[in-house]
Amino acid sequence: MSAELQDLYQEVILDHNRRPRNFRVIEDGSSAEGFNPLCGDRITVYLKVENGTIKDVSFQGAGCAISKASASLMTESVKGKTVEEATALFERFQRMITGSGDSPTESLGKLTVLAGVRQFPVRVKCATLAWHTLRSAVAAPGGVVSTE
Amino acid sequence: MASVVSAHRVALDAAAVRRDFPILRQRIHGKPLVYLDNAATTQKPQAVLDAVDHYYVEENANVHRGVHSLSGRATDSYEAARETVRRFLNAADANEIVFVRGTTEAINLVAQTYGRAHVRADDEIVITEMEHHSNIVPWQILCEEKGARLRVVPVTDAGELRLDEYERLLNERTKIVAVSHVSNVLGTINPIAEIVRLAQPRGIKVVVDGAQAVAHTPVDVQALGCDFYAFSGHKIFGPTGVGVLYGRKALLESMPVYQGGGGMIGRVTFERTTFADLPYKFEAGTPHIAGAIGLAAALDYLTAIGVERVASYEETLLSYATGALSEVPGLRLTGTAPAKASVLSFVLGDVHPHDVGTILDREGVAVRAGHHCCQPLMARLGVPATARASLALYNTREDVDALVAALRTVQEVFG
Repeated sequence: MSAELQDLYQEVILDHNRRPRNFRVIEDGSSAEGFNPLCGDRITVYLKVENGTIKDVSFQGAGCAISKASASLMTESVKGKTVEEATALFERFQRMITGSGDSPTESLGKLTVLAGVRQFPVRVKCATLAWHTLRSAVAAPGGVVSTE
Repeated sequence: MASVVSAHRVALDAAAVRRDFPILRQRIHGKPLVYLDNAATTQKPQAVLDAVDHYYVEENANVHRGVHSLSGRATDSYEAARETVRRFLNAADANEIVFVRGTTEAINLVAQTYGRAHVRADDEIVITEMEHHSNIVPWQILCEEKGARLRVVPVTDAGELRLDEYERLLNERTKIVAVSHVSNVLGTINPIAEIVRLAQPRGIKVVVDGAQAVAHTPVDVQALGCDFYAFSGHKIFGPTGVGVLYGRKALLESMPVYQGGGGMIGRVTFERTTFADLPYKFEAGTPHIAGAIGLAAALDYLTAIGVERVASYEETLLSYATGALSEVPGLRLTGTAPAKASVLSFVLGDVHPHDVGTILDREGVAVRAGHHCCQPLMARLGVPATARASLALYNTREDVDALVAALRTVQEVFG
């Protein structure tokens, strides 16, 4: 097995794929749907924001290990953050997995396990689908985002 | 092995065939390329690359327009390509061969010309559950415009058409049956002659999507009896951007034109335009001349090897691959029809096909992962996506072994 593969499919990612965290519906919040028409991956992100702070966030859907683990890790990372902080985190995350800029991984916490995605450009959309959907759930609840 | 053999009883020499395809020599991530994505597109033999090159170096000019020598040569080559296609499909007349961009455009052409002229409100168009989006959406657009209805023939769990259901769906409102010759997901070879036999006495026209068939099984449009047959050049070792619509002459003649422009006209005044004869009335604008010439070179290449021999070679390889994949723990094949072309769609335990595809790629093995432009079929099969290995004449048992070994790596990663 190549080093890049080991890097991509780290134990943490496989664990989040097998046992996704916050994999549930939030009844009294907002939500948005995201899908990748190229591969058929679908995700719904649920969100509860109070006074600009993300009180609760969860997701449901079907997808590859990368998209599922990324969604799971995202929910853990943004819970308790303000919407602005979550947006800034998404931007740093995107820089990390596309390999652009200085990739300040130190401020990304456990999201750094997804850094291996940068070796697999065709999988970047899998890793960002949940984040785009989260952004839509904040900005335009009930909306549908597509990677294409 | 003898160098000149016409009987397909003599097995195809895959090692010799492989040498004709320069791209197969390369390595991917340090591993020899194992190209198993032939249902998406096929690789090109040197003969095709040379034919396209020769056209641009020696003959490039517009066709049917110039008085100069180059234009004459380009026109001769372009029309010779049409005759090559006619022979390949055993069409009765070269005027029944229309060059288009690909299968998708061919189907849209039929929907927008024959379809718009003949389909009315409450009429029905019959397609099948295994159709590619390109043989669903053009008919949906037509139905929407006309207030007509789309009826869908179901498939069995093995991936065969329910012919009893098909027959039940046909009625006096049915105007068109559109069906794939070979399924790009299941590999099922559909009984086109039988489908035609049930439709034609009722005056129903049959449109066949041959994209996945032509490179793998002999096609004789007169024996099939279909009204239209469409295929793409790039899936039969030719260039992208060129394809063919075959249509029965009387039908093509009676149909309204498709796109308007140069090349498809008889005489133009601001008051009125008359249109050119077949096949030019459907070929507005400068066609993909190099593409048509490259496609003809591909058909010549395949014919020299023998489509029957290719079919029999692939059948043996498919059976080997089916056996080898069946032994991979947790692997489930989708599409197990007895009449099947060399397409192997599968799911591997609960590993998502995208992850399978990524890991196989790192082992040099190219497969497709996803819904294969067949979302309704995926829903029928109850899977969001599949991985798909599709074989062609240059694939070998070693390729299949490499696939199986790479699948073990997938299982290693996912535990």
